Amino acid sequence: MKRASLVFTFALAAGFSTQAATAQTLKTVKDRGMLSCGVSQGLPGFSAPDDKGNWTGLDVDVCRALAAAIFNDATKVKFVPLSAKDRFTALQSGEIDVLSRNTTWTLSRDTSLGANFTGVTYYDGQGFLVKKSLKVNSALELNSASVCVQTGTTTEQNLADYFKGNNMKYEVIAFASADETVKAYESGRCDVFTSDVSQLYAERLKLANPADHAVLPEVISKEPLGPMVRHGDDQWFDIVKWVLFAMVDTEELGVTQKNVDDMAKSDKPELKRAFGTDGNLGEQLGLTKDWVSRIVKAVGNYGESFDRNVGAGSKLGIARGLNQLWNKGGIQYAPPIR
Amino acid sequence: MTIEPRKPPPQFAARLRRALGGRAGWGGFALQILFVAVLAWIGYEIVANARANLQSQRITAGFGFLNNTAGFDVSQNLIPYSGSDTYTRVFLVGLLNTLLVSIIGIFFATVIGFLVALGRLSPNWLLSRISGGYVELIRNLPLLFQILFWYLAVLSALPNPRQSISLFGSFFLSNRGFVVPRPVGQAGFEPFAAAVLIGIVASLLLQRYARRQLFDSGRLITIWPYVVGLLIGLPLVTSLVFGAPVTFEMPELKGFNFSGGSRLIPEFVALTVALSTYTAAFIAEIVRAGILSVHKGQMEAGASLGLSRGSTLRLVVVPQALRVILPPLTNQYLNLTKNSSLAVAIGYPDLVSVFAGTTLSQTGQAIEIIGITMGVYLLISLVTSALMSFYGWRIGRSMNA
Repeated sequence: MKRASLVFTFALAAGFSTQAATAQTLKTVKDRGMLSCGVSQGLPGFSAPDDKGNWTGLDVDVCRALAAAIFNDATKVKFVPLSAKDRFTALQSGEIDVLSRNTTWTLSRDTSLGANFTGVTYYDGQGFLVKKSLKVNSALELNSASVCVQTGTTTEQNLADYFKGNNMKYEVIAFASADETVKAYESGRCDVFTSDVSQLYAERLKLANPADHAVLPEVISKEPLGPMVRHGDDQWFDIVKWVLFAMVDTEELGVTQKNVDDMAKSDKPELKRAFGTDGNLGEQLGLTKDWVSRIVKAVGNYGESFDRNVGAGSKLGIARGLNQLWNKGGIQYAPPIR
Repeated sequence: MTIEPRKPPPQFAARLRRALGGRAGWGGFALQILFVAVLAWIGYEIVANARANLQSQRITAGFGFLNNTAGFDVSQNLIPYSGSDTYTRVFLVGLLNTLLVSIIGIFFATVIGFLVALGRLSPNWLLSRISGGYVELIRNLPLLFQILFWYLAVLSALPNPRQSISLFGSFFLSNRGFVVPRPVGQAGFEPFAAAVLIGIVASLLLQRYARRQLFDSGRLITIWPYVVGLLIGLPLVTSLVFGAPVTFEMPELKGFNFSGGSRLIPEFVALTVALSTYTAAFIAEIVRAGILSVHKGQMEAGASLGLSRGSTLRLVVVPQALRVILPPLTNQYLNLTKNSSLAVAIGYPDLVSVFAGTTLSQTGQAIEIIGITMGVYLLISLVTSALMSFYGWRIGRSMNA
């Protein structure tokens, strides 16, 4: 991990990034014939390789949708697994074209890293995982507990704020990777493992006896997770932003992986605009007219991807909650394609 | 035809030429200037290019972030620290943690290394085989593996705090670390500390005096009763007069953890044990090589003077071996310090973990932070080398005297 950040730092210092950053990302990606996408080192539901080595997950689907929109081939993605602390340096140095790695959108990250968030793929919040045998029912009962946390995350700061705000003492043990953190929690070094709630559910699956552990009801922070791109290339920023919007909009329009071909023939004006039979919205983005149907064919709409990876259709079984569409009680909302 | 003797070049010019160009003369001097210029140019290009890139992408640069609030906590801090302190403070906390584990690691590695080396050279068959086995086993396993072994296999197997192993009801060993009563200074502490200090200084002076007497007039003075009196008696009397210097705050099980008392966190213990045993295996081989490099006649000479094996080693062989031992020993000390950055694997809050890890990803200022961190490791290494060179120079001087 240390070596990786050193390499990225040198790449940054030696300036390999200049060419990549100046309004050329789409061309670079096309020339390379491959999208380079930064993901986690294995977080089930968001980005993790399956037993055949294929990456799956909600964050992975964003990259696949991007590749589908550009190449009409969702397999043309090179996934780069990154630790929490290496992710921004990898983006800055041009090692990856887009960072889609359960990253929380904050003001300081949006301004000081030379990168922009393009949207929110998952509205998350920070929670606590404890052993049921401790008989703790609320995070407010955690005074003097030892807490395991992954280093280089907003989690560490939220944790400090929460315990300070509630006048409780604690001991923090920070590890570089999620695996090490969970291992330390499982071995009993800590009483509590804290992270984004979605991640707690995902990591709980990896424990020897998932039923012995419970996620506490308190959610102590807002963690909107989304993809990031480098500053300085507005076209690329637009593309990544609108690929996600297209996934959300198609769910709202009722377009699914199954009915996409029928819907493409529809006479409804908003569908005609989206599928490029009316106007050339896709080409304005620098893509093709049929960009939306390419995306839906490859990964489905947002709701389908959610269900398949983290929702009811997955092992995680997380409820839609905040991530439901705005007109169904959630806050997922995308500007219209017109 | 007369042959004119060639005039020697003026002394000053020759000296200057030798200083600057060596044997190659002025040509070599020009080459060196060129080489330095190229190096400086490459360095300048890297800095200027990085600065331009950062500016064009509007990535924050500079060292202003050091005054920002860190907002996260650290599990072990030698100086008072809380989440509301600055990144500069985080840097110091991390640096002190690195230095602590390095210094203690170096101490134990040296002690274990010397003992194993002497064991390996010992005429005792069992002892020498055990020492040899230790060296071969430890130095051939990867260090990261050993750190994880001590952390995950040994220390995590300890019971949880509620079932901790208790010694005399005041020392507790659990998977949260080793908890001991904490000494709290009382009114009598300062006179006590002064008495201890006086005792140590007086004992050293006494030893010096006795040595001088021995060398000058051959008189052997027995000083140990005085030393015992100074080191134990004097502080004891002081504490009787001024009251007990410290009282102990007992650890108590409260909620999840112990409150009160001092605690050695398991991350520190695992890292120190792994680093010192690993480095000790290498030091043992260096010391063994050093001792074997001293001619065996020296050992026989010592024996013929009637010195015991231990005394011969201590007074005759080891001082000569040290000249061979020191340079590679310095290497091992530097290795240990640098290897301590593997701490990040087990969550020990060293410099790399809290500064080049957490601070880096929170501020995103990779170039500055990696630069500072590299500079600090370089500085630690150079200071260690300088101290060892000084020690080597002193030994060399006393040998030649």
